[in-house]
Amino acid sequence: MREHSISEQKGETLSWQMVNGAIELTFHHKPCNEIGSLMLAELETFVRALPEAAREAHALILHSSQAAGFSAGADLRELYHRSQGLKKAEATRGVRDFLERIHAVLNTIDALPLTTIAAVHGVTFGGGFELALVCDIIVADRMARFCFPELRLGLIPGFGGIPRLKRDLGNAVVRDLLLTGRSFNVMKAQQVGLVSQIAAEGEALRVARATASQIGKFDRATVAAAKRFVKPIPYDELKQEIDIFCDLYTQPAVEKGLRGFVENRTAQPYLP
Amino acid sequence: MPTTDNTLDEILNLAATHFRVPREKLTPDDDFFKTLGIDSLQALDLLTRLEHHFRIELPDYELQGVSDFRTLAGKIQSRL
Repeated sequence: MREHSISEQKGETLSWQMVNGAIELTFHHKPCNEIGSLMLAELETFVRALPEAAREAHALILHSSQAAGFSAGADLRELYHRSQGLKKAEATRGVRDFLERIHAVLNTIDALPLTTIAAVHGVTFGGGFELALVCDIIVADRMARFCFPELRLGLIPGFGGIPRLKRDLGNAVVRDLLLTGRSFNVMKAQQVGLVSQIAAEGEALRVARATASQIGKFDRATVAAAKRFVKPIPYDELKQEIDIFCDLYTQPAVEKGLRGFVENRTAQPYLP
Repeated sequence: MPTTDNTLDEILNLAATHFRVPREKLTPDDDFFKTLGIDSLQALDLLTRLEHHFRIELPDYELQGVSDFRTLAGKIQSRL
Protein backbone atom coordinates (compact mmCIF):
# COMPACT_ATOMS: atom_id res chain seq x y z
CA MET A 1 0.00 0.00 0.00
CA ARG A 2 1.56 3.29 -1.09
CA GLU A 3 1.36 6.33 1.15
CA HIS A 4 -1.63 8.39 0.10
CA SER A 5 -3.71 11.22 1.39
CA ILE A 6 -6.69 10.36 3.46
CA SER A 7 -9.33 10.89 0.80
CA GLU A 8 -9.35 7.34 -0.55
CA GLN A 9 -7.09 4.31 -0.33
CA LYS A 10 -7.49 0.65 -1.10
CA GLY A 11 -5.21 -1.96 0.43
CA GLU A 12 -5.21 -5.73 0.59
CA THR A 13 -6.79 -6.01 4.01
CA LEU A 14 -8.48 -2.65 4.47
CA SER A 15 -9.57 0.46 2.60
CA TRP A 16 -10.73 3.91 3.52
CA GLN A 17 -12.73 6.72 2.00
CA MET A 18 -14.54 9.88 3.04
CA VAL A 19 -18.32 9.64 3.07
CA ASN A 20 -20.29 12.77 4.02
CA GLY A 21 -17.57 14.10 6.30
CA ALA A 22 -16.81 10.77 8.01
CA ILE A 23 -13.82 8.58 7.26
CA GLU A 24 -14.97 5.01 6.69
CA LEU A 25 -12.33 2.38 7.36
CA THR A 26 -13.48 -0.90 5.84
CA PHE A 27 -11.83 -4.19 6.78
CA HIS A 28 -12.07 -6.76 3.97
CA HIS A 29 -9.52 -9.48 4.74
CA LYS A 30 -10.87 -13.00 4.30
CA PRO A 31 -12.07 -14.99 6.09
CA CYS A 32 -12.86 -12.72 9.04
CA ASN A 33 -10.33 -9.87 9.21
CA GLU A 34 -7.74 -11.78 11.22
CA ILE A 35 -5.18 -9.26 12.41
CA GLY A 36 -1.70 -10.27 11.29
CA SER A 37 1.40 -8.48 10.04
CA LEU A 38 -0.12 -7.35 6.72
CA MET A 39 -3.18 -5.78 8.35
CA LEU A 40 -0.95 -4.21 11.00
CA ALA A 41 1.23 -2.62 8.32
CA GLU A 42 -1.82 -1.25 6.53
CA LEU A 43 -3.26 0.08 9.78
CA GLU A 44 0.04 1.87 10.38
CA THR A 45 -0.24 3.46 6.94
CA PHE A 46 -3.77 4.51 7.78
CA VAL A 47 -2.85 6.19 11.07
CA ARG A 48 0.00 8.04 9.37
CA ALA A 49 -2.57 9.54 6.99
CA LEU A 50 -4.99 10.38 9.82
CA PRO A 51 -3.65 13.78 10.95
CA GLU A 52 -4.47 15.25 7.56
CA ALA A 53 -7.96 13.71 7.65
CA ALA A 54 -8.64 14.95 11.14
CA ARG A 55 -8.68 18.42 9.61
CA GLU A 56 -11.43 17.46 7.13
CA ALA A 57 -13.57 14.88 8.94
CA HIS A 58 -15.81 14.90 11.99
CA ALA A 59 -15.98 11.14 12.57
CA LEU A 60 -14.23 7.85 11.87
CA ILE A 61 -16.30 4.71 11.31
CA LEU A 62 -14.71 1.25 11.48
CA HIS A 63 -16.61 -1.60 9.88
CA SER A 64 -16.17 -4.90 8.06
CA SER A 65 -17.34 -6.08 4.68
CA GLN A 66 -16.74 -9.74 5.57
CA ALA A 67 -20.01 -11.64 6.11
CA ALA A 68 -18.64 -13.66 9.04
CA GLY A 69 -18.18 -10.62 11.24
CA PHE A 70 -16.21 -7.56 12.28
CA SER A 71 -13.02 -9.43 13.14
CA ALA A 72 -12.11 -12.80 14.60
CA GLY A 73 -9.02 -11.26 16.23
CA ALA A 74 -5.33 -11.98 15.96
CA ASP A 75 -4.10 -14.19 13.14
CA LEU A 76 -3.31 -17.20 15.30
CA ARG A 77 -1.90 -19.22 12.42
CA GLU A 78 0.62 -16.50 11.69
CA LEU A 79 1.39 -16.17 15.40
CA TYR A 80 2.04 -19.92 15.66
CA HIS A 81 4.03 -20.38 12.44
CA ARG A 82 6.16 -17.28 12.99
CA SER A 83 7.48 -18.65 16.26
CA GLN A 84 8.23 -22.16 15.00
CA GLY A 85 11.95 -22.89 14.85
CA LEU A 86 12.82 -19.83 16.93
CA LYS A 87 14.27 -19.87 20.41
CA LYS A 88 11.71 -18.79 22.95
CA ALA A 89 13.44 -15.49 23.69
CA GLU A 90 13.56 -14.57 20.02
CA ALA A 91 9.93 -15.56 19.46
CA THR A 92 8.88 -13.50 22.46
CA ARG A 93 10.80 -10.47 21.18
CA GLY A 94 8.92 -10.80 17.91
CA VAL A 95 5.59 -10.95 19.74
CA ARG A 96 6.49 -7.93 21.89
CA ASP A 97 7.40 -5.97 18.78
CA PHE A 98 4.05 -6.83 17.19
CA LEU A 99 2.15 -5.89 20.34
CA GLU A 100 3.94 -2.57 20.71
CA ARG A 101 3.15 -1.70 17.12
CA ILE A 102 -0.54 -2.64 17.36
CA HIS A 103 -0.80 -0.75 20.64
CA ALA A 104 0.64 2.35 18.96
CA VAL A 105 -2.01 2.11 16.25
CA LEU A 106 -4.88 1.51 18.65
CA ASN A 107 -3.74 4.21 21.07
CA THR A 108 -3.69 6.69 18.17
CA ILE A 109 -7.26 5.83 17.19
CA ASP A 110 -8.34 5.87 20.84
CA ALA A 111 -7.02 9.41 21.28
CA LEU A 112 -8.28 10.87 17.99
CA PRO A 113 -10.00 14.25 18.27
CA LEU A 114 -12.67 12.83 15.94
CA THR A 115 -15.57 10.80 17.26
CA THR A 116 -14.94 7.14 16.44
CA ILE A 117 -17.68 4.61 15.84
CA ALA A 118 -17.29 0.83 15.49
CA ALA A 119 -20.11 -0.62 13.36
CA VAL A 120 -19.92 -4.33 14.15
CA HIS A 121 -21.70 -7.51 13.16
CA GLY A 122 -21.10 -11.22 13.63
CA VAL A 123 -17.89 -12.41 15.23
CA THR A 124 -16.20 -9.61 17.19
CA PHE A 125 -13.64 -11.69 19.06
CA GLY A 126 -10.30 -11.17 20.74
CA GLY A 127 -8.27 -8.56 18.86
CA GLY A 128 -11.38 -7.70 16.87
CA PHE A 129 -13.22 -6.89 20.09
CA GLU A 130 -10.20 -4.84 21.15
CA LEU A 131 -10.34 -2.94 17.88
CA ALA A 132 -13.99 -2.05 18.55
CA LEU A 133 -13.18 -1.03 22.13
CA VAL A 134 -10.85 1.78 21.07
CA CYS A 135 -13.86 3.51 19.51
CA ASP A 136 -16.02 6.02 21.36
CA ILE A 137 -19.28 4.37 20.35
CA ILE A 138 -20.10 0.78 19.36
CA VAL A 139 -23.11 0.19 17.12
CA ALA A 140 -23.86 -3.49 16.61
CA ASP A 141 -26.28 -5.40 14.47
CA ARG A 142 -28.37 -8.06 16.18
CA MET A 143 -26.10 -10.89 15.06
CA ALA A 144 -22.96 -9.48 16.68
CA ARG A 145 -21.20 -11.58 19.30
CA PHE A 146 -18.40 -10.43 21.56
CA CYS A 147 -15.75 -12.57 23.18
CA PHE A 148 -12.31 -12.66 24.75
CA PRO A 149 -11.28 -16.25 24.03
CA GLU A 150 -7.62 -15.77 24.89
CA LEU A 151 -7.65 -17.84 28.10
CA ARG A 152 -8.53 -20.85 25.92
CA LEU A 153 -5.03 -20.45 24.46
CA GLY A 154 -3.26 -19.82 27.74
CA LEU A 155 -3.07 -16.09 27.09
CA ILE A 156 -4.80 -12.87 28.05
CA PRO A 157 -6.03 -10.27 25.55
CA GLY A 158 -2.94 -8.48 24.29
CA PHE A 159 -4.20 -5.56 22.18
CA GLY A 160 -5.39 -3.46 25.12
CA GLY A 161 -8.70 -5.15 25.74
CA ILE A 162 -8.60 -5.50 29.51
CA PRO A 163 -7.66 -1.91 30.36
CA ARG A 164 -10.22 -0.57 27.88
CA LEU A 165 -12.97 -2.89 29.02
CA LYS A 166 -12.27 -1.86 32.62
CA ARG A 167 -12.50 1.74 31.51
CA ASP A 168 -15.98 1.14 30.09
CA LEU A 169 -17.65 -1.57 32.15
CA GLY A 170 -18.07 -2.81 35.69
CA ASN A 171 -15.32 -5.11 36.92
CA ALA A 172 -17.73 -8.02 37.44
CA VAL A 173 -18.61 -8.10 33.74
CA VAL A 174 -14.93 -7.88 32.80
CA ARG A 175 -14.17 -10.86 35.08
CA ASP A 176 -17.09 -12.86 33.61
CA LEU A 177 -15.92 -12.28 30.04
CA LEU A 178 -12.25 -12.81 30.68
CA LEU A 179 -12.37 -15.78 33.07
CA THR A 180 -15.04 -17.81 31.23
CA GLY A 181 -13.90 -16.94 27.72
CA ARG A 182 -17.55 -17.07 26.70
CA SER A 183 -19.13 -15.06 23.92
CA PHE A 184 -22.26 -13.04 24.47
CA ASN A 185 -24.82 -11.49 22.18
CA VAL A 186 -25.77 -7.91 21.45
CA MET A 187 -28.68 -7.80 23.92
CA LYS A 188 -26.33 -8.62 26.77
CA ALA A 189 -23.75 -6.23 25.35
CA GLN A 190 -26.24 -3.39 25.43
CA GLN A 191 -27.48 -4.35 28.91
CA VAL A 192 -23.99 -4.03 30.36
CA GLY A 193 -23.38 -0.74 28.56
CA LEU A 194 -20.93 -1.90 25.92
CA VAL A 195 -23.13 -1.33 22.87
CA SER A 196 -24.80 2.00 22.29
CA GLN A 197 -27.33 1.05 19.63
CA ILE A 198 -28.60 -2.21 18.14
CA ALA A 199 -29.28 -2.31 14.41
CA ALA A 200 -31.21 -4.82 12.35
CA GLU A 201 -29.11 -7.50 10.70
CA GLY A 202 -26.86 -5.87 8.10
CA GLU A 203 -27.76 -2.32 9.16
CA ALA A 204 -24.93 -1.41 11.55
CA LEU A 205 -23.09 0.76 9.03
CA ARG A 206 -26.25 2.69 8.16
CA VAL A 207 -26.91 3.37 11.84
CA ALA A 208 -23.26 4.39 12.34
CA ARG A 209 -23.52 6.83 9.43
CA ALA A 210 -26.67 8.39 10.94
CA THR A 211 -24.87 8.74 14.26
CA ALA A 212 -21.84 10.31 12.56
CA SER A 213 -24.13 12.74 10.77
CA GLN A 214 -25.60 13.84 14.11
CA ILE A 215 -22.12 14.35 15.56
CA GLY A 216 -21.16 16.37 12.50
CA LYS A 217 -23.50 19.16 13.63
CA PHE A 218 -21.34 20.01 16.64
CA ASP A 219 -18.29 22.25 16.88
CA ARG A 220 -15.21 20.08 16.26
CA ALA A 221 -13.02 21.69 18.90
CA THR A 222 -15.75 21.28 21.53
CA VAL A 223 -16.19 17.61 20.62
CA ALA A 224 -12.43 17.08 20.91
CA ALA A 225 -12.31 18.79 24.31
CA ALA A 226 -15.29 16.80 25.61
CA LYS A 227 -13.72 13.58 24.45
CA ARG A 228 -10.38 14.31 26.12
CA PHE A 229 -12.27 14.96 29.34
CA VAL A 230 -14.41 11.80 29.40
CA LYS A 231 -12.06 9.27 27.83
CA PRO A 232 -8.82 8.73 29.72
CA ILE A 233 -6.36 6.39 28.06
CA PRO A 234 -4.91 3.86 30.52
CA TYR A 235 -1.34 4.00 29.19
CA ASP A 236 0.29 2.40 32.26
CA GLU A 237 -2.10 -0.56 32.28
CA LEU A 238 -1.72 -0.99 28.53
CA LYS A 239 2.06 -1.35 28.94
CA GLN A 240 1.52 -3.74 31.85
CA GLU A 241 -0.77 -5.86 29.67
CA ILE A 242 2.00 -6.27 27.07
CA ASP A 243 4.42 -7.43 29.80
CA ILE A 244 1.95 -9.98 31.17
CA PHE A 245 1.13 -11.27 27.68
CA CYS A 246 4.83 -11.74 26.85
CA ASP A 247 5.46 -13.57 30.14
CA LEU A 248 2.53 -15.92 29.47
CA TYR A 249 3.67 -16.46 25.89
CA THR A 250 6.70 -18.39 27.13
CA GLN A 251 4.53 -20.96 28.95
CA PRO A 252 3.85 -24.46 27.54
CA ALA A 253 0.07 -23.92 27.62
CA VAL A 254 0.35 -21.37 24.82
CA GLU A 255 2.31 -23.62 22.48
CA LYS A 256 -0.25 -26.34 23.15
CA GLY A 257 -3.21 -24.00 22.67
CA LEU A 258 -1.94 -22.51 19.44
CA ARG A 259 -0.93 -25.88 18.01
CA GLY A 260 -4.36 -27.24 18.87
CA PHE A 261 -6.02 -24.39 17.04
CA VAL A 262 -3.77 -24.52 14.00
CA GLU A 263 -3.27 -28.23 13.46
CA ASN A 264 -6.53 -29.80 14.57
CA ARG A 265 -8.82 -29.81 11.51
CA THR A 266 -11.76 -31.15 13.47
CA ALA A 267 -11.59 -28.36 16.03
CA GLN A 268 -14.42 -25.92 16.29
CA PRO A 269 -12.30 -22.88 16.91
CA TYR A 270 -15.09 -20.44 17.59
CA LEU A 271 -16.68 -22.57 20.27
CA PRO A 272 -15.12 -23.04 23.72
CA MET B 1 -44.24 -22.71 29.92
CA PRO B 2 -43.44 -24.64 26.71
CA THR B 3 -42.48 -28.29 26.93
CA THR B 4 -39.10 -29.57 25.78
CA ASP B 5 -40.85 -31.05 22.74
CA ASN B 6 -42.26 -27.60 21.88
CA THR B 7 -38.78 -26.13 22.26
CA LEU B 8 -37.26 -28.86 20.14
CA ASP B 9 -39.83 -28.25 17.42
CA GLU B 10 -39.08 -24.52 17.38
CA ILE B 11 -35.35 -25.20 17.13
CA LEU B 12 -35.84 -27.56 14.19
CA ASN B 13 -38.10 -25.06 12.44
CA LEU B 14 -35.67 -22.19 12.97
CA ALA B 15 -32.66 -24.23 11.81
CA ALA B 16 -34.48 -25.47 8.72
CA THR B 17 -35.58 -21.96 7.76
CA HIS B 18 -32.29 -20.24 8.38
CA PHE B 19 -30.01 -22.82 6.82
CA ARG B 20 -32.49 -23.62 4.03
CA VAL B 21 -32.74 -27.33 4.73
CA PRO B 22 -36.13 -29.08 4.26
CA ARG B 23 -37.74 -29.39 7.66
CA GLU B 24 -38.59 -33.06 7.08
CA LYS B 25 -34.88 -33.87 6.73
CA LEU B 26 -34.16 -32.82 10.32
CA THR B 27 -34.69 -35.20 13.23
CA PRO B 28 -34.04 -34.60 16.94
CA ASP B 29 -31.04 -36.87 17.16
CA ASP B 30 -29.26 -35.55 14.07
CA ASP B 31 -25.75 -34.15 14.38
CA PHE B 32 -26.60 -30.57 13.48
CA PHE B 33 -23.08 -29.81 12.23
CA LYS B 34 -23.36 -32.60 9.64
CA THR B 35 -27.07 -32.30 8.82
CA LEU B 36 -27.03 -28.54 8.42
CA GLY B 37 -23.53 -28.57 6.90
CA ILE B 38 -22.30 -25.87 9.25
CA ASP B 39 -18.99 -24.99 10.89
CA SER B 40 -18.35 -23.40 14.26
CA LEU B 41 -18.88 -19.87 12.97
CA GLN B 42 -22.30 -20.82 11.66
CA ALA B 43 -23.02 -22.67 14.91
CA LEU B 44 -22.44 -19.38 16.72
CA ASP B 45 -24.82 -17.72 14.28
CA LEU B 46 -27.43 -20.37 15.14
CA LEU B 47 -26.81 -19.85 18.85
CA THR B 48 -27.39 -16.10 18.48
CA ARG B 49 -30.66 -16.67 16.59
CA LEU B 50 -31.83 -19.16 19.22
CA GLU B 51 -30.99 -16.76 22.04
CA HIS B 52 -33.01 -14.02 20.34
CA HIS B 53 -35.89 -16.36 19.52
CA PHE B 54 -36.22 -17.78 23.04
CA ARG B 55 -35.13 -14.52 24.75
CA ILE B 56 -32.48 -16.29 26.78
CA GLU B 57 -28.77 -16.10 27.33
CA LEU B 58 -27.00 -19.41 26.69
CA PRO B 59 -23.25 -19.37 27.31
CA ASP B 60 -21.50 -20.99 24.39
CA TYR B 61 -19.51 -23.29 26.70
CA GLU B 62 -22.84 -25.02 27.39
CA LEU B 63 -22.61 -26.24 23.79
CA GLN B 64 -19.38 -28.11 24.46
CA GLY B 65 -19.94 -31.68 23.34
CA VAL B 66 -23.46 -30.88 22.16
CA SER B 67 -24.07 -31.79 18.56
CA ASP B 68 -27.67 -32.99 18.39
CA PHE B 69 -30.87 -30.97 18.45
CA ARG B 70 -32.45 -32.91 21.33
CA THR B 71 -29.62 -32.14 23.74
CA LEU B 72 -29.57 -28.54 22.53
CA ALA B 73 -33.29 -28.30 23.32
CA GLY B 74 -32.60 -29.53 26.85
CA LYS B 75 -29.99 -26.82 27.35
CA ILE B 76 -32.38 -24.14 26.12
CA GLN B 77 -35.26 -25.51 28.18
CA SER B 78 -33.19 -25.15 31.35
CA ARG B 79 -32.97 -21.40 30.68
CA LEU B 80 -36.69 -20.76 30.07
